[in-house]
Amino acid sequence: MSGSSKHEFFEGCHDAIPICLGYIAVSFAFGIEASKIGMTTFQAAITSLLNVTSAGQFSALDVIARNGSFIELAILQFIINLRYMLMSTALSQKLSSSVGTMKRLAISYGVTDEIFALSVLRKGELKPPYSYGLIVTSVFGWVFGTVLGAFSGQIMPQRLISCLGLAIYGMFIAIIIPDTRTSKAVLGTVVSAMALSSIFTYVPVIAEHISSGFRIIIITVIVAAAAAYFAPIKEDEGGDVA
Amino acid sequence: MSRVYLYIILMAVVTYIIRALPLTLIRREIKSRFIRSFLHYVPYATLAAMTFPAILSATDYLISSVVGFAIALLLAFNKKSLLTVASVSCLAAFIVELFLR
Repeated sequence: MSGSSKHEFFEGCHDAIPICLGYIAVSFAFGIEASKIGMTTFQAAITSLLNVTSAGQFSALDVIARNGSFIELAILQFIINLRYMLMSTALSQKLSSSVGTMKRLAISYGVTDEIFALSVLRKGELKPPYSYGLIVTSVFGWVFGTVLGAFSGQIMPQRLISCLGLAIYGMFIAIIIPDTRTSKAVLGTVVSAMALSSIFTYVPVIAEHISSGFRIIIITVIVAAAAAYFAPIKEDEGGDVA
Repeated sequence: MSRVYLYIILMAVVTYIIRALPLTLIRREIKSRFIRSFLHYVPYATLAAMTFPAILSATDYLISSVVGFAIALLLAFNKKSLLTVASVSCLAAFIVELFLR
């Protein structure tokens, strides 16, 4: 690795520390649930290592527990995780066209809400080593938390787990809020998305029929399309999606 | 128990394909101004929708979540780093919960 690649890698590792902490808290809960339905610690850990998707994994537990069909599981995962396709498309615009297929396949493994957020808002082009740094640190937390949870739900005191649940949201807020100061369009996007999300969560008829994964997709498409229509970015904002 | 491994592999494959297709197939810069603008706003819309109102039930108590949320907004508005915002809001919730238990 050249000096600058190394620098990018460690910067990625450093930036992902909040993700790692948040993931430990969330996957800890997943580990506990997985052991409840009879999965071994190893199976729970493999699930986390291969999937790295909170909503997807939690929803899969339900299907696995009642021996559901493979088709059902596949469709469920497809719908819940469809938002990764939007994210992956946005990320494709952050990479230099010279980045090869193998590197793209490696970066694809780590397209999660949190890693995506850090990647897409990074200034300038996204360098693969930076992504690897994000992925290594985050996935470590994700698998480590799963193992802890599956191994023993008693290791960490509940009051600590409770507070760690905020870490991921704190990070999201740190990502989206600063830009609301300089861009009214971004402010409008954030406020409208939160308002719609509240409606989708609290209005009974809607909340009962739309899964949380689908909810995020619908809101993202509506709000981002409206923002793009009413406040198109200037051409000189060029290849930088931020 | 081998059925469990089939479940795990199936979901991993479905999820990976979703993630890998756009990143490997879209090599060129997208020209459409609308699509570029749309992609520009995607992260803000997605993260905002995921954060609120879910953050209100992030901790065991509504009040500690609200305090953590408020602290995070305040710090983020003042452009503090990711780590600072995330850890201080957790700490604030922790302190609030000390008084609740």
